[in-house]
Formats: sequence, structure tokens, C-alpha cells
Amino acid sequence: MSDVTLNINGITVRADYGATILTAAHDAGIYIPTLCHCPDVSSIGVCRLCLVRIESRRRPEPACRTIAEEGMVVVTDDPEIERLRRVILELILSDHDFNCLLCPKSGQCRLQELVNRIGFKEHRFNRLDRVAKDLPIDTSNPFFDFNPNKCVQCTICVRTCHEIVGNDAIDMAYRSYDIRVSTFADQPLNESACMSCGECMERCPVGALVPKKAEYPNREVKTTCPYCGVGCGLYLGVRGNTIVRARGDDESPVNKGNLCIRGRFGYNFVDSPDRLSLPLMRAYDEFTQPSSVVEVTEEGRPVTLPLVKREGKFVEINWDQAIKYVASSLAHYKGEEIAAVSSARCTNEENYLFQKFTRSVLKTNNIDHCARL
Amino acid sequence: MEKSISIQSLEDYKIGSVESLRLLRETIFADQQTTGKLVSVCCGSGCMSSGSEHVRDAFVRKIKDHELEDEITVKKTGCHGFCERGPIVVAGPEKIFYQHVTKEDVPEIISETLIENRVVERLLYEDPVTGQKCFHENDIPFYQKQRRIVLKNCGIIDPTSIEDYIKVDGFRALAKIISQMTPEGVIEEIKLSGLRGRGGAGFPAGIKWETARNAPGEEKYIICNGDEGDPGAFMDRSVMEGDPYSVLEGMMIAGYAVGASQGIIYVRAEYPLAVHHLSTAIARATDMRLLGHNIMGTGFNFEIKIVKGAGAFVCGEETALIASIEGKSGRPKPKPPFPAIQGLWGKPTIINNVETLANVSRIALNGGKWYSEIGTPTDKGTKIFSLVGKVRNVGLVEVEMGTTLREIIFDIGGGIPKGKRFKAVQTGGPSGGCIPEELLDLPVGYESLAKAGSIIGSGGMLVMDEDTCIVNIARYFLDFAQNESCGQCTPCRLGTKQMFKILQDITRGRGKPGDIEILLELSDAVKQASICGLGMTVPNPVISTIQYFRKEYEEHIHERRCQALVCRSLIFYRIKDYRCKACLKCLQACPVDAIIGAKWQVHEIDQSKCIKCGTCMEVCPKRFNAVECVTGLTEVLRDQSE
Ligand SMILES: Cc1cc2nc3c(=O)[nH]c(=O)nc-3n(C[C@H](O)[C@H](O)[C@H](O)COP(=O)(O)O)c2cc1C
Ligand code: SF4
Ligand code: SF4
Ligand code: SF4
Ligand code: SF4
Ligand code: SF4
Ligand code: FES
Ligand code: FES
Repeated sequence: MSDVTLNINGITVRADYGATILTAAHDAGIYIPTLCHCPDVSSIGVCRLCLVRIESRRRPEPACRTIAEEGMVVVTDDPEIERLRRVILELILSDHDFNCLLCPKSGQCRLQELVNRIGFKEHRFNRLDRVAKDLPIDTSNPFFDFNPNKCVQCTICVRTCHEIVGNDAIDMAYRSYDIRVSTFADQPLNESACMSCGECMERCPVGALVPKKAEYPNREVKTTCPYCGVGCGLYLGVRGNTIVRARGDDESPVNKGNLCIRGRFGYNFVDSPDRLSLPLMRAYDEFTQPSSVVEVTEEGRPVTLPLVKREGKFVEINWDQAIKYVASSLAHYKGEEIAAVSSARCTNEENYLFQKFTRSVLKTNNIDHCARL
Repeated sequence: MEKSISIQSLEDYKIGSVESLRLLRETIFADQQTTGKLVSVCCGSGCMSSGSEHVRDAFVRKIKDHELEDEITVKKTGCHGFCERGPIVVAGPEKIFYQHVTKEDVPEIISETLIENRVVERLLYEDPVTGQKCFHENDIPFYQKQRRIVLKNCGIIDPTSIEDYIKVDGFRALAKIISQMTPEGVIEEIKLSGLRGRGGAGFPAGIKWETARNAPGEEKYIICNGDEGDPGAFMDRSVMEGDPYSVLEGMMIAGYAVGASQGIIYVRAEYPLAVHHLSTAIARATDMRLLGHNIMGTGFNFEIKIVKGAGAFVCGEETALIASIEGKSGRPKPKPPFPAIQGLWGKPTIINNVETLANVSRIALNGGKWYSEIGTPTDKGTKIFSLVGKVRNVGLVEVEMGTTLREIIFDIGGGIPKGKRFKAVQTGGPSGGCIPEELLDLPVGYESLAKAGSIIGSGGMLVMDEDTCIVNIARYFLDFAQNESCGQCTPCRLGTKQMFKILQDITRGRGKPGDIEILLELSDAVKQASICGLGMTVPNPVISTIQYFRKEYEEHIHERRCQALVCRSLIFYRIKDYRCKACLKCLQACPVDAIIGAKWQVHEIDQSKCIKCGTCMEVCPKRFNAVECVTGLTEVLRDQSE
């Protein structure tokens, strides 16, 4: 649809029809502070930090959920608005355990950013009970913790679980000062309906939902999740030669930045000592020559090879040997005598190739897939 | 066409046309003309709690014992508004008004008033000013300055009887409208009347209806807001209990006007009698085909359901109320979209207050012009207030807009009891402000009260005398506000909490210089930045008390003084040694043994033990008058130096 033209801080700004004032302002390079806004989910306008003055409106309105209209005149930071923002920020801080030095979010925290932008000079208000009470941290989830003392009640996590994940594992419970993020019947996260996808944690603007292992990567590698056929795009964050985090690739058309529990947290197997790195073969076969040479990469790690089992034990062999062995074994049978089962951990493309191979080379329709179980 | 109805067939009578409603009304009239005497017992919640059901049972039993059933009818009515004087009984053809009736008084009322037509003097109301006994409701000053339009049937009809309602012109307005007027015509009439919402915000009802009428959509809803969460308010309860059919009729007219065929009454579950009377009314009206399909043969359909609310103050806010009906948690949503465009289940929805809707049938029957002539040029009609606090006559009063506060408090309310001085009146409940004595001649109206820093709101009116501490009142309202905030938006959740803490500190003797300024800054932020009407208004009690009683705040903060002697941390009791006769009375009465003394030894209070209960002052014989209650830093210092 057509654009609208509005005036923000004296600057003429064009915005898409239906865009919010916030989007229009950001596109024009004008900063408006936000806390409860997250572009991935709908805006509900509860933190009230993004209030702006709109000519002809009696009260300030939240930029994050006010639609830009043709001819609107908006001011984002008159002294009055700045004063309101400062009071709101001071109120949030009066209820916040801001021990930033010990907080895993420090450096990436929206609240810190707001303090820098809006300014915070003195504690004029009483410290509130939430901080004084030192509420227990929910550490039940194996991958992330929920620290209610840091929570700013922005409800981004709740909206994420509802709108993106569709799981509704958490909601805002109780009323007034007692309002808080809660699972059904206040159970610990690991006993609730939560699937540990971590989408909420990913979007929490402060240190309330944080990964248990919080190491910052020094580079990222773009790849595809190896876990299932969906093929979510992901970035593996690497520190040294170790994967320390995974995040969804926003640009991937498959998952648009979202991940499930396996993609986000299930990367530990890569460095597991139990991980198979060569093909294995049983040794009571006539095919007994295991490779004497194990190929090694530049970093000294074994090139992943199939293993063979000998005398009841598995013996390591290389891929060529393994494939040759499988091929020669298959040659004893034909057509309907063969059945093939493929894996959910293969990509769609691999699965396609496998069924193609089964149907046109092995000449059988006996092809199935473990996900059908 | 039918010409007459036998009264016996009333039970199964169905109203199929406008004509048959008229016929029924005439039949009921004729029948009740011929029946004998009537005694009405108030069975509103107020009188029930003072035992009116026993009174009613006693009447029924005694009348049966005397075999007078054919001559005397006992009727249950709704609230007269004067619950403080309950149980109330109106007896005989002369309609003698009896107050504080107990079941022991029943035989005398039967034999004297109902049989002999004489008055039982001792049960009459006595005007405390003139000492005159009042025979009828209208003789009582409490009623004289009232103008009862919404409450016209309350206390007169049996709220569970549809016949009673039809007799007092019930459903005539509806019949007229659905048979003769276009929906647009109805809206014009309501606009002409100048009726504004009585639920708090005072939005013009006609404009709201028009918006909903013009909003696209086949399905529309009418919601009656009977949540009434303001502490101390009970006007909507009385209307729902005492005249439920008026609420139904108002909703039906609204339905016809905006094109809705479904209505929902949202009542708080703490109002069981209102729920009972409303459901009886819905069932009876449905039986008679006054609700349902093709009403009076005009093709108009309307159904009404009741939804019981769990009684959170914030659920009275319209968007929270809708969320609550939809089964979600009762938290307000930012507007726009307004419910008139996108309300219940996303459909255009009218939400009107009980009192607003009860006005509608009166307007529809008498015309918008008639209504617009009541009140003042800017504020039309009447408003019900629940007058509570330090006034002689506590109760529900309905007055024309433009009546002054002085008239309400002193003429209707009878002034302040015990010869105390008036200090302030708080209007509009937790969302309203305190109005001081200088402004007592203010006429009540939406704009006039707003200018004074308060609101009409839903009609709470709390009168305070000189013994009321204004800071403590502000603390009380903020305590309510911080507990009732839904908690979703930051300024309201944390701002009210902080304000409450500061006020609590001030009343506990821990006020700091600068507290007043912080309170004002927070008030402003909460008002401006909150999402819903709760946050926008709950600072009002603080702002207005600081505006009019700043000195009292300053005394609390700087001098540790509470002139009303209410804030316990700021007062202490002491015994004037030159007056103490060492009588041991206080010493024995003190619950914590804080008094040191003995026979022949002047008593003294150990301040470290004293819990400030005031018992010693009460028991000290008046002629000695040796115990005093003092406040203020200077007093403390003086006491310590002594
Ligand atoms: C916190 C809050 C509580 C409210 N409580 C009530 C209530 O108990 N009853 C009511 O009729 N309106 C209440 N309202 C006003 C409603 O939101 C709404 O304006 C009203 O029901 C509309 O009806 P009216 O136009 O007839 O007044 C409340 C508003 C707020 C902000
Ligand atoms: S959440 Fe942010 S502001 Fe709070 S302690 Fe952590 S880093 Fe600091
Ligand atoms: S981890 Fe996923 S499922 Fe669990 S609460 Fe967060 S978003 Fe919901
Ligand atoms: S946990 Fe984080 S995302 Fe959720 S409400 Fe609290 S601050 Fe917001
Ligand atoms: S102003 Fe208060 S009650 Fe209203 S939405 Fe905000 S927190 Fe809830
Ligand atoms: S005020 Fe109460 S506690 Fe204190 S001395 Fe008097 S009786 Fe005892
Ligand atoms: S970012 Fe707009 S209200 Fe929170
Ligand atoms: S309930 Fe009887 S007068 Fe109010």
C-alpha cells in the first residue's frame, strides 16, 4: 500500500502504510528508547518508555504501537517526555537487582543501554521489596536460568512463547506488584510445558533469562542444523576451536531465526569423547583388513571414518572400505529382497537421494524413514 | 383481538404485541386497585443485613395467623437508599415509613397501622434538627432534596415481579421504540437528552451508540457494566437489586438502537442478590416473550446473559472487562481500538454502566428534551451518590446535576454528627479527589468537579470531619490503588507502589523533606504515562490533598505532627500530673501495663511500652480529664526535657 508522510522532530519522514511511529523514526535514524518492544512479536506497549508527544493527542502515546498517520506531527523528546522517561526508568531501577558486574547480560543489556541514553543520577525512590526479597532463581532448566530479581515484566518472553513457539508454557500471573512470569501452577520450568527451545531467553532484554553457559564467541560460522530434515539455518558461535553457542539465522527462509532445543543447545556432541569418528565394522567378516592408516586433519583430529567390528568387536575402517563392503554385500540380493531405512537426521536432499537410489538403483519400493515410527 | 385477560392466567401470559402489553398493564392496574392493604418490607442487601428477612417472615406468619391474607399483602422491595435506618417498612394505604423495624414490632404494625390505620410513633424517623417525626418518606429531609428518576421504582416495586414493573410503565418505552421509532431516531433522542455515562468517564452515551451503530459488522453486543468495584459504592447494586427490569429494558433499547441482539450483564460475584434478581428478571421476561425472538411481534430479537466477575476493581475498566468475559486475565488493553468499534470477540460493543442504562427507559418514555431540562445547561439529568463517612444520614441519594455539595452533605446528609467540623469530601472513590470546605458550594457536574481536581466518577462520596487525617486518607486510597493495579504497565505498577510507600513513611513519622515534590512528580508520571483509566486517575487523591491540605503534609513531615491525632507514630498519650488523682483506673485498664503508678502516686505512661490504644484516655473519669493525646516534635522534645 501507499506510504504516509509525517513529521518527527521537525524532520519529514516517509513510512510504509501501517508502520508504527517507532519504525518510522528508526528508519529515519531517530532514536526512541524501548524496553518491551521486540520486532519479532506484537507490541503491547506496557513499559511506557517509548512515549512520544503527538500533536492533537491529549496524552503521550507509545511509539511502539501507535500507527503513523498522514500528516502526524510527532516530538520524541521534549523536556516533559524526557522527564516522564526518567521517572519510569528510575522506577524500573528501584525494582531491579542491578548488580551488573555479576550479571551475565552485562554489556548486552537493554536496561544498561537505557541508563546510558536516558541518564540516571540518583536513587530518589525506595528500593522495593522484590529486590529486598531476593527471590529464588529457577535453575531447573538444563540450559537456561530464570532470575525473577532481574525481570522487568516486559512480557517479551510470554509473547514469544505464545506467538512464535505456540507453546504457551509461560504467562504473566498475579496482579499489581506481584505480577510475574510464571509457568502453569508455578511449577519449575523443567516440570512445566516448556520445551526448552530458548526462544524466550534469546529475546529477554535483560539478565532475567540467561543461558547457563554464557561464553561469548569470537567468531561465527554459518551452517545448517544437522539434527533434522527441516534444515534450519544457524550460526555457530566459536571460541578457539569450541562451539560456545548457536543462534538461528534470521535470513534463513526455513526458520527465520528460530530454533528448537536441539539446534540451540544440542551442539555438545561435536566435542564428545563418545562420538564416533570412523566407520566401524564387525571383524568376523571376510572383509578383515582394517585400514592401518588413520587419516588425520591439519589440526590433528581424525578424519571421520566408518568403523568395522572384529570378532564381536568393532574395528575402525575408512569410508572407501566401508562403502565397498556395503556395495558388495548388497550385490548378493536384488529388488524386493532389499529394504532401506533412512534417518531423520539426514537433510531433505539426502533423503531424496536415498529413496531415488533405492527405487532406481536397488529397484525396490521398500524404502522407509525412522520418523514414521 | 383479545379484549381482557383473566388475572389467573397471568402466569402463562405471553406478550405478542404492543397492544397485549397495554392490556396486561390495565389488567394488573385494575386488579391491584381492588386488592387490600399493602405492607412493603425492604429486602435490599442493606436491610437484609440488619434482619429484614425476619421482619418479612414475621409479617407473613402473623398475617396468616390472623387469617388476613386476603386483606393484607406483604411485598418485598428493593433499597430505599436509607439502609442505615433499616430494616425499613412502608405500611398501609397512607404509606407510613417505619425505620429500624424488628420482628417484635410486627404485631403492632399489623394491629395499629394495617388494621386501625393508626401510626406507631416510636418507629417513625425523627428529624434530628427539628425533632419532628416524619410520617412519610417525602417528609424526611433526606429525601426532600432528592430527585428520583433512576431510583423511582427502587423501594416501591417488588423487584422479582414483572407485573409490578409493568404496572409502573415498565416496557412501555421499549414498546414505543420498537414499534414507532427508527434506531437512528432513538440515538438522536439519547443525544438530545445529553445523557453521559455514569460509570466514571462520563462519555456521552448517544455518541457511543452512534459509533457502534455505524461500525461495520453484523454481530454487535451490549454489555452492562455492573462490576462496581469502588470501595463504599453501592448505587449499581441497589439498582440491579431493586429495579432489575429497568436495566434489562435499557439494554434492549440500546440493542435496538445499535443493531445488537445479544446483551451481557457483568456483575461481580459478591452481589448474589443482584445476580438472583437479574436472573429472575431475565427468566420472567423470557417467559413472557419480552426477551428473545420477535419481541412484541416487531421482528426485534434480543437475549441477555449474566456473567459473574471475580471482583477485581480493574475488571470494571471496559477493555479488562471484555478480556474477563472472553476468559482471559482481566488486564486493560490500550485504546484505540475502542470497544464500540472492536470490543467483545472483536465485534462492536457498547459498554454502559448500570445507572446509565437505567436512565435510558426514562428518557425513551418521556423524551430526550424532558431529560435535557433536568440538571444544568452543561450536565443533564440526575446522579446517584453513595453518601458515606462522617455524615448523619448515610445512604444512597439521587440528586439533580448542579445540586451543591453543601446541599447534599448538609441538607440531605444532615451534616456532620457529634458537633464536629466538616473537613473535606472525597468524591469519585479511588479515582477522585478531596474537596475542601471552601468549595462546598460547588455544584456537582462533570466539569465543575474536574476543575476542583476531583471527578463524579461512579458516585462515591466520602465525607470527612476534623478527626480525619488527610494524609492517612491519601495513604488509604493509594494502598487500594497499588493493590488493584493490574500490574502490566510500569508507571502504574511501580509508581503507585512508590507513592504508597512514601505516604506510609509520612504517616509513620519517617517523612523526608522533598517527599511532597516526589509525590507530585510521581503522580504526574503515573497519570500521564499509564495505559488505562486506573493509572490515569488514582493519583488524584494525592494531588488534590496536597493541593488543598499541603500544610498538613508539611506538619507530618517537618513537625511530626498529625493534627487529627490519627497517625499513631506521631501521637502519644501522657498524663497531666497536676490533674491525675491516682485513681488507678487507667493503670488497671492499660492492656500492656504501660502505666506506672500506685495509690497516692501520680500515674505516668512508659512511652516505650505504650501501644497508643487510647484506652487510658477513655477510662480516665471526665471530671479529672487527666490523660491527653499530643502530637508534634516540639511536644516530644518538651516531654523529654521534663
Ligand atoms: C479502573 C477502572 C474501574 C472501573 N470500574 C467501573 C465500574 O465498576 N463500573 C462501571 O460502570 N464503570 C467502571 N469503569 C468505567 C468503564 O471503563 C467504562 O467507562 C464504563 O463502564 C462505560 O459506561 P458509561 O459510559 O455508561 O459510564 C471503570 C474504569 C476504570 C478505569
Ligand atoms: S539485567 Fe542489565 S541492568 Fe540488570 S544487572 Fe544485568 S546487566 Fe545490569
Ligand atoms: S523455552 Fe521455548 S517453550 Fe520454554 S518458555 Fe521459552 S519459548 Fe516457551
Ligand atoms: S523474563 Fe525477560 S523477557 Fe520475560 S518478562 Fe522478564 S525481562 Fe521480559
Ligand atoms: S494503568 Fe494500571 S491498571 Fe491500567 S493497565 Fe496500567 S497497570 Fe494496569
Ligand atoms: S494508650 Fe493504651 S497502651 Fe498507652 S498507656 Fe494508654 S492504655 Fe496503655
Ligand atoms: S517499548 Fe513501547 S511501551 Fe515499551
Ligand atoms: S437496603 Fe433497605 S434501604 Fe437500602
